[in-house]
Amino acid sequence: MKSPQYTREIPQRYRLEAQKCKQCGKIHFPPRLICDACQSRDFEDVHLAGKGRVLTWTVIHVAPAKFDLEAPYVIAIVEMEEGVRLTCQVVDCNPEELALNAPVEMVFRRIQEDGQADIIQYGHKAVLQRE
Amino acid sequence: MRDVYVLGIGMTRFGELWASSFRDLFVEAALEAIGDAETDRLDSMYIGCMSGGLFVGQEHIGALMADYLGRAPIPATRVESACASGGAAVRLAYLEVASGASEIVLASGVEKMTDGADVTAALATAADQEYEVYHGVTFPGLYALMARAHMFKYGTTREQLAQVAVKNHYHGTMNPNAQYPFEITVEQVLASSMVADPLRLLDCSPVTDGAAAVILASEEIAKKAQAHPLVRIAASAQASGALALHDRDDITYLDTVAKASQLAYQQARITPEKVDVTEVHDCFTIAELCVMEALDYTEPGKAANLVEAGETRIGGRMPINTSGGLKAKGHPVGASGVAQIAEITAQLRGEAGDRQVAEARIGLAQNMGGTGASCTVHILEGLA
Repeated sequence: MKSPQYTREIPQRYRLEAQKCKQCGKIHFPPRLICDACQSRDFEDVHLAGKGRVLTWTVIHVAPAKFDLEAPYVIAIVEMEEGVRLTCQVVDCNPEELALNAPVEMVFRRIQEDGQADIIQYGHKAVLQRE
Repeated sequence: MRDVYVLGIGMTRFGELWASSFRDLFVEAALEAIGDAETDRLDSMYIGCMSGGLFVGQEHIGALMADYLGRAPIPATRVESACASGGAAVRLAYLEVASGASEIVLASGVEKMTDGADVTAALATAADQEYEVYHGVTFPGLYALMARAHMFKYGTTREQLAQVAVKNHYHGTMNPNAQYPFEITVEQVLASSMVADPLRLLDCSPVTDGAAAVILASEEIAKKAQAHPLVRIAASAQASGALALHDRDDITYLDTVAKASQLAYQQARITPEKVDVTEVHDCFTIAELCVMEALDYTEPGKAANLVEAGETRIGGRMPINTSGGLKAKGHPVGASGVAQIAEITAQLRGEAGDRQVAEARIGLAQNMGGTGASCTVHILEGLA
């Protein structure tokens, strides 16, 4: 990955910065220039609190080259408390512990790195919230 | 808009075709379609191709193919909508003839996937690079997310998914162009290696080289042709949706398939029950079930029951993927949508050989890209 792209994505990768449509209230992650629900262009910044629940998951056994050493790993669609959904890894768990609606919390982690001289790319992964 | 007919069809064998180049695959399919149409005239051409750039390092595909087909200087345009590239190419050719701008247009699709490229990474470009692929998800992984959600919501079982692959392989045994013309069992599917839990290797369509082409023509031209029974395109529709699976309201419901098919039923003035033979985009077993539900062939959650009851086999009430589908026929991604039109046309002409559906008069072809963010639906009517 090249540095302009990585730098541009830092607010979402590092801080889960989202936007709320001032007209209809829909929250967008990542932010958009126009609301797909009401066509408004008026937004306010919001931060996702980082808590959500698992809607569905898979365990990737055949991985892309960059993630080959990590396989098998869990990928889930998580619905955040704010209502937005995102795709991320679920880590520090045994796949058998996952369940529909399992509560998770987002944690800051290394996501990938390609090549010796390239940028180490960070972002959020989910961990199970245990009682 | 005027009526448009399918004048000719052609396809290469699908498979690992190491002796054939990217351009040769296209030319072979196009020449077969031109021969089948018994015409020398071509006004323009569209070439569906998902990723010549990533698979073989080649872009600027329109001119390349016009040149190697010996048809320069006619206009030639490459069309890309991920795995719906072929369906989109057919739709553009249809619109060009329907509008009156051209009389005879070639729509084709081609993909060369076995030349050594990182196929998993190339296919993943059909998903959201920044918010899905960044985290390590693969295409089988995205459909696995749909499959598990479908299991939670409707109680769909692992065995029911396997039955889709078993049925399509059975159909594939009757298709001389199929990559995998052999039968498999539910037990073999369940014992195949895990790709993205719950999907296993035999739930997945293969990596394939191949090309397909169809010649579309105006009524005036088609009615002079004597080679085959007439097949009319009764509807051509397309819809777009959220690229990221997580942005869909219902992860188990393909809303673009529903939208495109509703438009197509309206245009053809039919209801889903009138369709005699169907080709759907079964890139993974779960996809065939979700597509059947979005096409309104049955209620959401009930498609697996129809597969289990044999209703979607040849001889059943609603045969689906008589060609073997993407699963057994093979899935050269940009070509699949065009190969579907070729199969439906062959069925409606009564030229489908061992896999002929008796008295097929209306056929439907559904092609989609990514996890369904692009979808085309074509309805064809045989006038034999």
